[in-house]
Amino acid sequence: MSCKMWIGCIGVGMLSLSVTGCGGEKGDGTTITATGSDTMVNVAQAWAEEYAKRNPKIKVDVNGGGSGRGISSLINGTCDMANASRKMEDKERATCKEKRGEEPVEHVVGYDALAVYVHKDNPLDSISIEQLAEIYGDGGASENWSQVSDAAASLGKIVRVSRQNNSGTYVYFREAVLGKERDYKLGSVDQSGSKDVVALVARTPAAIGYSGMGYATDEVKMLKISKAKGEPAVAPTVDNAKSGAYPITRPLHIYTVGEPTGAAKEYIEWILSEAGQKVVTDLGYVPVQ
Amino acid sequence: MGIPTTSVAARVRHVWRLSERLREKAIEWAIRICGWSAIFFVLAIFFFVFREAAPMLLGGLDFKEFFTSPNWRPTSQVRPEYGILALLVGSLSLAGVAMAVAVPFGLGAAVFISEFCGGKTKETLKIVIELLAAVPSIVWGFVGLFVLAPLIVEWTGAQVGVNLLNAGIVVALMSVPIIVSIGEDALKAVPDSYREAALSLGASRWEIVYRVLFPAAKNGLLAAVLLGVGRAIGETMAVLMCTGHSINIPHSLLDPIRALTATIATELGDTVEGDEHWQALFTIGVVLFTITFVINLTADLVVKGIRSEKSA
Repeated sequence: MSCKMWIGCIGVGMLSLSVTGCGGEKGDGTTITATGSDTMVNVAQAWAEEYAKRNPKIKVDVNGGGSGRGISSLINGTCDMANASRKMEDKERATCKEKRGEEPVEHVVGYDALAVYVHKDNPLDSISIEQLAEIYGDGGASENWSQVSDAAASLGKIVRVSRQNNSGTYVYFREAVLGKERDYKLGSVDQSGSKDVVALVARTPAAIGYSGMGYATDEVKMLKISKAKGEPAVAPTVDNAKSGAYPITRPLHIYTVGEPTGAAKEYIEWILSEAGQKVVTDLGYVPVQ
Repeated sequence: MGIPTTSVAARVRHVWRLSERLREKAIEWAIRICGWSAIFFVLAIFFFVFREAAPMLLGGLDFKEFFTSPNWRPTSQVRPEYGILALLVGSLSLAGVAMAVAVPFGLGAAVFISEFCGGKTKETLKIVIELLAAVPSIVWGFVGLFVLAPLIVEWTGAQVGVNLLNAGIVVALMSVPIIVSIGEDALKAVPDSYREAALSLGASRWEIVYRVLFPAAKNGLLAAVLLGVGRAIGETMAVLMCTGHSINIPHSLLDPIRALTATIATELGDTVEGDEHWQALFTIGVVLFTITFVINLTADLVVKGIRSEKSA
């Protein structure tokens, strides 16, 4: 027992030494911590890597966890910038002002088409916003695939896949599809990540889920969306998102407390530059014009 | 010549004894502090959880809605609702399913290890079961998600593989080691004279287990089961991965559910310190703490029950 404890102590000691050792090497560098949106985590990581190549003195640490986590971290002071796929709410802005002394500042850094995913064997090709609201909305009538389309009737009960309740994707989808005055129907299978939604839909023939279009795989199908039943359905593509024809396209934000200064300012300027926006396009998101 | 030597020796011995007594005292105090620190930590944890939940618990919380509404909508724009019924039922039904699987297996294994095997088999089994207890929660989660879920879909035709049954089996596997080790201790504590008396009356081995050992060790076995229940209620990571995390009062084994612990795990990081949602999550923490506290206390009292019975 005591022998094990010693080994443990030595292990911890070495670990802390190695950590301080690392810190010492880059003593002159600055670290920017960017936390938040799971939708943006891939693009944020790619920005960080690309930026490190150009500017090795500045290190950007990217953490996921969801827009809610990013915004609460920003308010709690545990990150320098929050990635968010939804807007900060008035209440959150007020809390930020109160806790950090300054208003949060919003930077739109790209756009993302929110795709509606079904299993690849689902015969459905398109869906309207109204139908989505009947499936996902509180009090909505659609419980079975037969209520959506005759072709898909054999799939039985609809398995609704949703997100944790403070995710930016969750909040945006609620606003865009259900409207401001309506809640989600409870009983959806809630996932904690964009990728998890797509993975679960891929494994579940009767599932429907929503997630950023950058997460598409061969195992799932993205539905075309129409604004209302009978209107033409539009596929989620970069062009359709750019032109505004695809109805559920949302801005991706970075929030800072007050106007950014120093390294953070340069980093955001670089993100908005041609080089930064190329990363956005490369990863399947829509660049800022 | 002889006298001074002995007096020096006596003095040395005296000083040495004195220092030994001092050392003894110091060690005694150190150990006492260790013991008290456990109590201190428990109280401190309760204090901090309660302090965060207090603004909601003491004012403003509608207890009737909290315990009887299945609507958990903390981030609603229309009207936030804090009803934990579905989550509570989720956690309890999960513990129920887990125990339905774990108790027969756990007690069976305890009986086998304590009564039916010896030597190498016994040692090997004990080591393997301890290894089972050492598997990290997240690894169990992976087993549920990638091994059990497809099997459940294939065998039962369930729409989703992550559900009450999946999580129940995973949590059962996690509680079995606790049930086995405490159950085995309880069986071992039954004096051999009981077994000998039963044998001399011509009882078969099964009759000894069923008619003699179970009644004699019932308190210990009950405690083993209760601690297993505590484990099932408190488990978080594996539960989050295997239940489907769906706010839903289950009607069948194949329904996805959501547990209290998993709700705290996914939502706490998304909330701003001190706001209503944060307080509601800490209130769930208080509920969980109370449940596990009562279970553990009952288990302790039940075990105490054996001791006093035996000494009487």
